Amino acid sequence: MTIVVEKLLDLYSQIHLIRRIEEKIAEEYHQQTMRCPVHLSIGQEAVAVGVSAHLNSNDRVYSNHRAHAHYLALNANLESLIAELHGLENGCCGGRGGSMHLIDLEKGFAGSTPIVGATVPIAMGAAFAFKQQKRSHIAVSYLGDGCFEEGVVYESLNFAALHRLPILFVLENNQYSVYTRLKQRQPEGRSISKLAAAMGVSVLHGDGNCIDDVYGLAAQAIAQIRAGKGPYFIELDTYRWPEHCGPSDDDHLGYRPQGELAAWKARCPLQYAKTLLVQAGVALNHIQQLEQKNSKKIESAWVKALNGLTPNPKKAAEGVYV
Amino acid sequence: MSDIVIEQQTLNYIDAIREGISEAMQADETIFVIGEGVPDPKAIFGSTQGLRQQFGEHRVLDMPLSENAMTGMCIGASLNGLKPLLIHQRIDFSLLSADQLINQAAKWHYLFHQAVPLVVRMIIGKGWGQGPQHSQALWGLYAQVPGLKIFLPATANDAKQMMKAALNDPNPVLFIEHRWLHHTESLIEDNEATINELSKAMVLRQGDAATIVASSYMVHEALNAAQACAQFGMEIEVIDLRVGHEFDYATIAASVNKTKNLIVADLHPMHLSPGHAIISQLMQNGIQLQTPPRLVAQPNHPVPTSWYLAENSYQAAEAIAEAIAQSQNLTALQLKKILAALSQPPRTDVPNRSFCGPF
Ligand SMILES: Cc1ncc(C[n+]2csc(CCOP(=O)(O)OP(=O)(O)O)c2C)c(N)n1
Repeated sequence: MTIVVEKLLDLYSQIHLIRRIEEKIAEEYHQQTMRCPVHLSIGQEAVAVGVSAHLNSNDRVYSNHRAHAHYLALNANLESLIAELHGLENGCCGGRGGSMHLIDLEKGFAGSTPIVGATVPIAMGAAFAFKQQKRSHIAVSYLGDGCFEEGVVYESLNFAALHRLPILFVLENNQYSVYTRLKQRQPEGRSISKLAAAMGVSVLHGDGNCIDDVYGLAAQAIAQIRAGKGPYFIELDTYRWPEHCGPSDDDHLGYRPQGELAAWKARCPLQYAKTLLVQAGVALNHIQQLEQKNSKKIESAWVKALNGLTPNPKKAAEGVYV
Repeated sequence: MSDIVIEQQTLNYIDAIREGISEAMQADETIFVIGEGVPDPKAIFGSTQGLRQQFGEHRVLDMPLSENAMTGMCIGASLNGLKPLLIHQRIDFSLLSADQLINQAAKWHYLFHQAVPLVVRMIIGKGWGQGPQHSQALWGLYAQVPGLKIFLPATANDAKQMMKAALNDPNPVLFIEHRWLHHTESLIEDNEATINELSKAMVLRQGDAATIVASSYMVHEALNAAQACAQFGMEIEVIDLRVGHEFDYATIAASVNKTKNLIVADLHPMHLSPGHAIISQLMQNGIQLQTPPRLVAQPNHPVPTSWYLAENSYQAAEAIAEAIAQSQNLTALQLKKILAALSQPPRTDVPNRSFCGPF
């Protein structure tokens, strides 16, 4: 799909912003001030960016342990994310959650939690509420290929199909659950999206590293969902560059075939988006300006976030009940 | 078996578990190990390292992220000639297994007189920013269920012996580890202890001033507090419960009858902590104490991720020492000296200086 240049600039800028934030987190992580597990999105940024471009703040997006890109692609509060990672009061959960538990309702990011599969039916519940109340919003559920092995996913697809719920399932197929390859967990040659299709939801499959592909598929799916055509499921192929959890590379562990990571790095979603811009005639110095703007944005959000107060441990008991 | 003299060795908890699994698998070829990441490079914190090479792919398996179905599968396999060891890297993930464990495994023999020899390892992940969904203790939940055995090894030796005993037991056994035990070491005594012997509470330290009853990681916090008190001439008895599905009442009662002071230390939130059951049993039997019994447990809220917020979520040696001080009518100054004598990690959310994330 061809995308108008202004839009493409936006999309590129978002991919770039997410990449740089994740890199910054990785750089700073060894200082032990971000005292929580982090699952970085480097290599997978285009998925969330292409999907979020078609959402508005009344939609409800639910996610998992690897949520930074999903959150940031909705233009959710950057400072609150950084503060949350640092366990500070100005974090999006006031420090209670850390990287694996994010929220920014104002932007439609309705919550991410790390028990694999847990938010899939919760997202579906949001869609059920929208349908019951004849509201026009949609729900989005991000899940991984590993998550697709949890029974609750099938139960959710079934119910979503049965009730023709306004929900988009976005499956990021990065081929790994932690250090275990897809073929060690699911029968080789079976297609995830075909299986989802058999459950009765409409299915699309595309290249998660190509922003134009993601953007186009998401546009199609979301338009159909909004038109009352029931649930959609998009499978997007992509790849995680860093280790499953933490700031480093882990290729030395040998669980990925040699050369696989390098091959995927050659298919960098950021570089791909940049090439599209150049092909569309955007000048390199214009792109550079965008990048510099992002870097400044990150620096200033980082400083502001770290100016936040440390939460008072006495407050840890608050909020267990409403 | 030839009677060669086995040299006594010291192992850490992880190596002890691995040895326990390996020896059990050598002795019983129906045992298989399954879990997310079992044969991966990190090998469940190292505890399954090398098992695949030793026993082959068919006995050492990875699994899909399907905890519920895999638990049912293990029950079915155990009913039909195999002995599964299922592993959850966090006890929190075992909640997806809970229906199969609580409704099926725990009831099967009661209903059908068919044994379910199944072992499930569950790791309590508390510490270093693990947050609300990766840090719960939860064993008390399972201990509420007749039909499940709950092993809570606090030392490397117990970890090894209990693993072997669990894999030799005809019942569903939940083998519950606290991650902070993994680096601890102890002398290994391979005496083929039976499950009944291993279910007896163990007096780890003798004393006359007060009794601390603890389990799992809290045993080490209790020992820490007791050692600090000993520097000031106070001998505290420390009892390791070792199992959670029953309490060795006789051992606890004998100790409390001697010391007349009782402190129970537990990893659960205060509300309905299993510690209450120990205190209640003693009280119902009319045991007389000099001072009210005290329960050191965790606050009644989830463990927040932020280490600033989580400060009070790690009630440990310090709180135990305070409870001892109350039972002994110590002055504030005396307590202060004891607290200064505790061996303390740099922050409450880690067991020692070298412990850190990300997982
Ligand atoms: C129920 C449950 N089981 C296991 C885990 C541990 N775990 C966290 S992330 C993860 C891998 C998930 O893989 P996938 O869904 O493909 O997402 P990815 O990490 O590749 O983004 C696992 C096994 C968990 N958090 N919850």
